[in-house]
Amino acid sequence: MSQRSVRPAVPPCDAERAPAAAEVLLRLRGVGVRRGTPGDLRWLVEDVDLAVRRGEIVCLIGPNGAGKSTLVRVAVGVQAPTVGSVERAPGLTVGYVPQRLAIDRTLPLSVRRFMSLTARHREADVTEALSATGVTHLAGRLLQNLSGGEFQRVLIARALVRRPDLLVLDEPVQGVDFAGEIALYDLIREIRDRLGCGILLVSHDLHIVMAATDTVVCLNRHVCCTGTPQTVAETPAYRDLFGTRAAQALAVYEHHHDHAHDAGGQAVPLARDRQG
Amino acid sequence: MLDDFFLRALLAGLGVALVAGPLGCFIVWRRMAYFGDTMAHSALLGIALAALFEVDLTLGVFAVAAGVALALVVLARSELVPTDSLLGILSHSTLALGLVLIAFMTWLRIDLSGYLFGDILAVNRADLAVIWGGGLAVLGVLAWIWRPLLAGTVNAELAAAEGLHPERARLVFMLLMAGVIATAMKVVGILLITALLIIPAAAARRFAPTPEVMAILAGALGAAAALAGLFASLRFDTPSGPSIVVAALGVFLFSLLLGALRDRLAGLRP
Repeated sequence: MSQRSVRPAVPPCDAERAPAAAEVLLRLRGVGVRRGTPGDLRWLVEDVDLAVRRGEIVCLIGPNGAGKSTLVRVAVGVQAPTVGSVERAPGLTVGYVPQRLAIDRTLPLSVRRFMSLTARHREADVTEALSATGVTHLAGRLLQNLSGGEFQRVLIARALVRRPDLLVLDEPVQGVDFAGEIALYDLIREIRDRLGCGILLVSHDLHIVMAATDTVVCLNRHVCCTGTPQTVAETPAYRDLFGTRAAQALAVYEHHHDHAHDAGGQAVPLARDRQG
Repeated sequence: MLDDFFLRALLAGLGVALVAGPLGCFIVWRRMAYFGDTMAHSALLGIALAALFEVDLTLGVFAVAAGVALALVVLARSELVPTDSLLGILSHSTLALGLVLIAFMTWLRIDLSGYLFGDILAVNRADLAVIWGGGLAVLGVLAWIWRPLLAGTVNAELAAAEGLHPERARLVFMLLMAGVIATAMKVVGILLITALLIIPAAAARRFAPTPEVMAILAGALGAAAALAGLFASLRFDTPSGPSIVVAALGVFLFSLLLGALRDRLAGLRP
């Protein structure tokens, strides 16, 4: 039986998958969400089964408009599903990294104050979370003055300070260049290894399917296919959705730091970090 | 020189400004200026209905302003009309409805301009009790919902996902606004209440390192504007409500100047 915080460290990278016996943190069964006026009802997502276990990285991918954000809203409990059930482990602490934060310029919110937005935290814990994502030096800065990569790291630090059992990240690499993207994925894997939390990661970007991912769920209003990154890449449904080329990119991207891929899947030199 | 009526006016102005400042910060952060204006305009309908049903005026204004706020929330969710059009419709139709209703009640002797632009010099002891008692209650509740309200201002989904209730905080906040409108009406008048909410908050922005400091600073700047406006009103025999708003504008312009000066100095430093 795994204990809450003393889970043995998972070997780095893709050597091992989360054991199927690990505690289920979140389980969606037959979830569907319907929207619209009575004359014009449509399903945003339909009949979705999904589970996230402790220590597992689940990656939810799909094209724009596939219903990923709707599903995340259901998963974190912001939205009730029209049909189906959502089960959360008792006493589950969720850390949420939203896709966008539109903070009005008139709101003077420093990184340090932002860390205690939804609950009060000890100064030491805040510092620890900021250093875990490498942004301790930004503590005094205003959120509105951060770059895309800095902002994402602050968002992740804010979710970490809660010591979450389940970390939900909605498009965490938006507005981050490719080198920054790889660094962020490394960070996410590190977090899983150290905290042993479950991670639900959402992306419309195929490169997100990093090697450390345990389960890929491919969504296009319904679950097209699900499995390890390798099996999903070989599934016909995945190829139909993203094309053969994308399937190749998915298979290729395994934690390499010596090159990157452009939009067409061609290898290109690594982009230098814009912040220098 | 401090006649009794003037002392009461000062106390009323201070009481309203100290509450309006912190509340106004949220109106600025959440971009609800037009929303606040609409609630304030509906106060005249509240006065008319209160007179019609012979209930307490403050109570009537509070009830109608709160009702309009809730109606706005529900109607905005239904997406029948764009929100800004909706605000425009409700804002002016409630004001017009109030005026028409008052005109119908020929037996009613009412000082319309006192309600529209404020009549702070007519504030009595009972009004003072309502302003300070209600004001303290509003500040108390605001402190109580501060965390979910602020978290919901940053991102409602984030707040809800982490166990807070931002929607509930937002509804409570609207009730607080209705309370402030009902009590501030006598001081600056229906048409000028929003100014007292927004201008001090906007002035405080450049000098506040945290949301909390900004709220306190907005209250202090509003209080300064209320005092300055009232003394000017006594000195130059100008209407008290508009004088307070003009003073607030002065405070805001001064804050712009001070901010620009500070930036210039920071630029000169090596």
